[in-house]
Amino acid sequence: MAGLELKAVRKDFGPVSVIKGVDLSIADGELVVFVGPSGCGKSTLLRMIAGLETVSDGAIRIEGADVTHMPASDRGLAMVFQSYALYPHMSVYANMAFALENMGVAKPEIAKRVQRAAAMLRLTDYLDRKPGALSGGQRQRVAIGRAIVRDPKIFLFDEPLSNLDAELRVATRKELAALHAEIGGTMIYVTHDQVEAMTLADRIVVLNGGRIEQVGAPLDLYNRPDNLFVAGFIGSPRMNLLPATMDASGALLLAGRALAGAPRGLAPAGERLTLGVRPEHVEACAEAEADLVAQVDLVERLGGETFVYGAAPGDLALTIRLDGQTAVARRESLPVRFSRSHLHVFDQTGQARRPDIPARS
Amino acid sequence: MTLIAPPRARPRGPSASLLDRFGHAVVRVFEPPFRALQRILGVRRMPYVFLLPNAVFFGLFVFLPIGINLVYSVTGGTALFPSQRPYVGPEQYAYLLDCGSYLDPSTCREDHFWRGVANTLKFTVFQMVAMVLFSLLAALALNRPIRGRGFFRAVFFFPVLLSPVVVALIWKWILQRDGLLNAAVTSLGGQKILFFVDPSWAMFWSVFVSVWAHMGFYTLILLAGLQAIPRDIYEAAEMDGTRPWRVLTRITLPLLWPNLLVVLVLVLIRSVQVFDEVFVLTGGGPGTATQMIVQYIYTTAFANQVQNFGLAAAASVLLGAVLFVLTLLQLFLTRRRAA
Amino acid sequence: MTGILRLLTARRGAGRLHWTDWATYAYLGLAVLLMFGPVLWLVLSSFKTPAALLEFPPSFLPMTQKEVRVEGYPQPLPLFSVTMEDGSTRELAQVRRVGLIAQMVDPKAPGTTVRVAADKRQPVREMAFAVSNYTEPLAKYDFLRFLENSLFVTLIATAITLVINSMAAYALSIYEFKGKTLAMLAVIGTLMIPITIVLVPVYLVVTEMGLVNSLWAVILPGAATPTGVFLLRQYMLTIPRDLIEAARMDKASEWRIYARIVMPLSAPALAVLTIFSIMWRWNDFLWPLAVLTKSEVQTLQIGLNAFQGELQTQWHYLLAMTVVTLTPVAIVFAFLQRFIATGIANTGMK
Repeated sequence: MAGLELKAVRKDFGPVSVIKGVDLSIADGELVVFVGPSGCGKSTLLRMIAGLETVSDGAIRIEGADVTHMPASDRGLAMVFQSYALYPHMSVYANMAFALENMGVAKPEIAKRVQRAAAMLRLTDYLDRKPGALSGGQRQRVAIGRAIVRDPKIFLFDEPLSNLDAELRVATRKELAALHAEIGGTMIYVTHDQVEAMTLADRIVVLNGGRIEQVGAPLDLYNRPDNLFVAGFIGSPRMNLLPATMDASGALLLAGRALAGAPRGLAPAGERLTLGVRPEHVEACAEAEADLVAQVDLVERLGGETFVYGAAPGDLALTIRLDGQTAVARRESLPVRFSRSHLHVFDQTGQARRPDIPARS
Repeated sequence: MTLIAPPRARPRGPSASLLDRFGHAVVRVFEPPFRALQRILGVRRMPYVFLLPNAVFFGLFVFLPIGINLVYSVTGGTALFPSQRPYVGPEQYAYLLDCGSYLDPSTCREDHFWRGVANTLKFTVFQMVAMVLFSLLAALALNRPIRGRGFFRAVFFFPVLLSPVVVALIWKWILQRDGLLNAAVTSLGGQKILFFVDPSWAMFWSVFVSVWAHMGFYTLILLAGLQAIPRDIYEAAEMDGTRPWRVLTRITLPLLWPNLLVVLVLVLIRSVQVFDEVFVLTGGGPGTATQMIVQYIYTTAFANQVQNFGLAAAASVLLGAVLFVLTLLQLFLTRRRAA
Repeated sequence: MTGILRLLTARRGAGRLHWTDWATYAYLGLAVLLMFGPVLWLVLSSFKTPAALLEFPPSFLPMTQKEVRVEGYPQPLPLFSVTMEDGSTRELAQVRRVGLIAQMVDPKAPGTTVRVAADKRQPVREMAFAVSNYTEPLAKYDFLRFLENSLFVTLIATAITLVINSMAAYALSIYEFKGKTLAMLAVIGTLMIPITIVLVPVYLVVTEMGLVNSLWAVILPGAATPTGVFLLRQYMLTIPRDLIEAARMDKASEWRIYARIVMPLSAPALAVLTIFSIMWRWNDFLWPLAVLTKSEVQTLQIGLNAFQGELQTQWHYLLAMTVVTLTPVAIVFAFLQRFIATGIANTGMK
């Protein structure tokens, strides 16, 4: 049985639609990440699930029960807020105990649960402190602890790591993954950071403009993006997106030259297409084998890898990832070749064209 | 408007926990009825529940009375209950406003009212000038890098908290025939002055005592305004070699202008309603030299042999209309300041 | 005038005192004299005996003539310093005075009396605090009752105000609901409407409720202060929405959110309103004057005012009772000065 089900959920603020019909089903115990650029509606969708925003249309079911119009406090969900929303006048202990007190749990049971969560989150020594006397990371853990003690049906995380510095963010990300492995609840996690999405999620939901662009396992999204938006959003640095067409013979034309070995016949002749290729699938090669020759504008040497930014004739911007360290320098010409097994082709509407997806007429 | 200091960490002593426990007990007592209401009405209707007690008080003691006041002002007789009062139309207003010349109260049928109006106007004008001037000077002085600023601020401020009766009695004691001030006057070779027998002196001291009692409040508002002016503007002016007088007239006063306006209007609103201090200090005398509008209303309705509620109501409706306009003005000014 | 203004605006760095600094301190010094002086004078005067109060010019400190008990005289006798005919001075007690001649006795030698010209003696004075100025009116008149009434009104009214104002402010700051704008308009529109305007009809309402000459007639009408609602609402608006939502997620009822989250977090604003309310109620004058006509229900302010009418000549009681009325406010002020000042500066209300 699905832990959570969204059926054609919509959210309108007057004439403005923020969520334009979302269908989604999340299994029990799954960690699902909502990712998308700011303003895509991911936080709104989370808050609608939480019950903090009303639903304009559609239905939300939790464990089969319709909760569409149920107030937040009755849904049995726990949420970790971006700001943590710790009660500043209560001690760490009282913060974690508050929900249990509201539910009428007996005092000894409250103490037991809070102590257990505190031990799990290394907060035992801080139970008497007020949130103001804690570091950012500790506050974050209190916010998580407040959710854990509830033993909720679903955990909701609203960009929980965005207020932490880079180092702490990576550490906490790992802890969250470990935590999910340990307590195994259903979790919905909202972030704009695709690295968090990739590393944490069982499944990623990519949202854009109030619609779901694609749902899938992280590597599925990476390897087989359904559309230009997902292709561009997942992966860093971004996938190279180059204008291309199909010639009469069904061969893919890039900068006027046919790409030998590329998938054929994905579109009618003459249709404007976009060819996508990730930076790591662009290889330096001999000039004779080159698909394009890039003029190097900028080289970023990270030690283990090197990113080369350049442009090919016809104003084709290219990002190239090279293994290890190379001697390529600015203003040099770099002949490159695209790995044929990793080409992505998108049509004019931005939809992926793959041999296994028939072209829409 | 909302810059009240955030809560500091409370020292957790036994008293604090006792207070906490008391608080929790109170919370628990009210919990069941509110929980029941929430179950019946739903979260969405709960704000009305929270609004209700205040609204009941408001309705009973503010809005209902405003309505009744209008009824009173168009009815006559001496009965308190509105339905027992005969309708007289605008007669009360006509009676109040019947004057040979508005510039001379003695030509009016209800000359006490007009003397009250004239006295209140006089008081208001003097009070506004003196109040703004002295509180501005105080604020400018307190805004300088002086030692003991907190102490001096307290010096100006503490009379604000004193009751009007206390303030009036303090000064009455000083100003009486054999009082401290007359002792000073005679020691300088003067004659004892009967301050409350001379109409001009009585008005002077009414204004003086009001300024004495309330200037601390306006000083604080102006000081807050002064302190909100960024330091770097002054530093820039200093780098430009601006003379102090120009700093005051071209930088400080223009930037303080919104606060000054608010102070002016607040002083105006409070002056129009002046009653307590002056009433205790002079009793409205000598004669009617310091009798204000509010005293007229109070006397007409409660202190006279014949309690003329209709006339008092008509006078207070007129006063209310003036205050309403002034309040709108103040809101307009504060809104502009906030924007 | 412009000169002073100029002095006050000149800004100089620390270090040597500029002459504008001297001018500033002069203004402030004058203020100390004018603001504190009268209160100090009141307090000192309140300890003077009726005789000392009648002196002109008045003495600064409460002084009274020293009296001594002399053997053989039932009453204590006033002590004088007498210039004798040989030029020496002696301290003698006066037995009686007839015309220009006073009959005196040396306290150390009570047997013999001495006749002295009245203008040759000066009273021997000592500082004495006439505490009876305080104890007598408290015992003889209703002042303890007034004090009690004032305390009752202040405490109960403040408690009611805090509860109903904070509930209304909570509704107006945390929720969106139909009629909210109207409710806010009602609050703002009445911010500056004093009870003066509705004196008569409120009197009617109170009469109809059977409350005339009851302390509740003073407590109830002013309980729902628009100022309090406004002040608390402005503060509650600054409480992060996230906290309210977190509490809802934590299954807190709306009452709990109000009582356990919003109220504790509004403590600073509540404290300001508490102080305001205490100040308003303790100092309230016109309305109690209108509605409390029987002496047993009068508050301190009304009692004091009535007192000054009745006891014009008994300044010694009046001054002492003025000090009693002023003292609670002075104590509150001494402890909370900074807090009150910033509260008022930030809200622009009182």
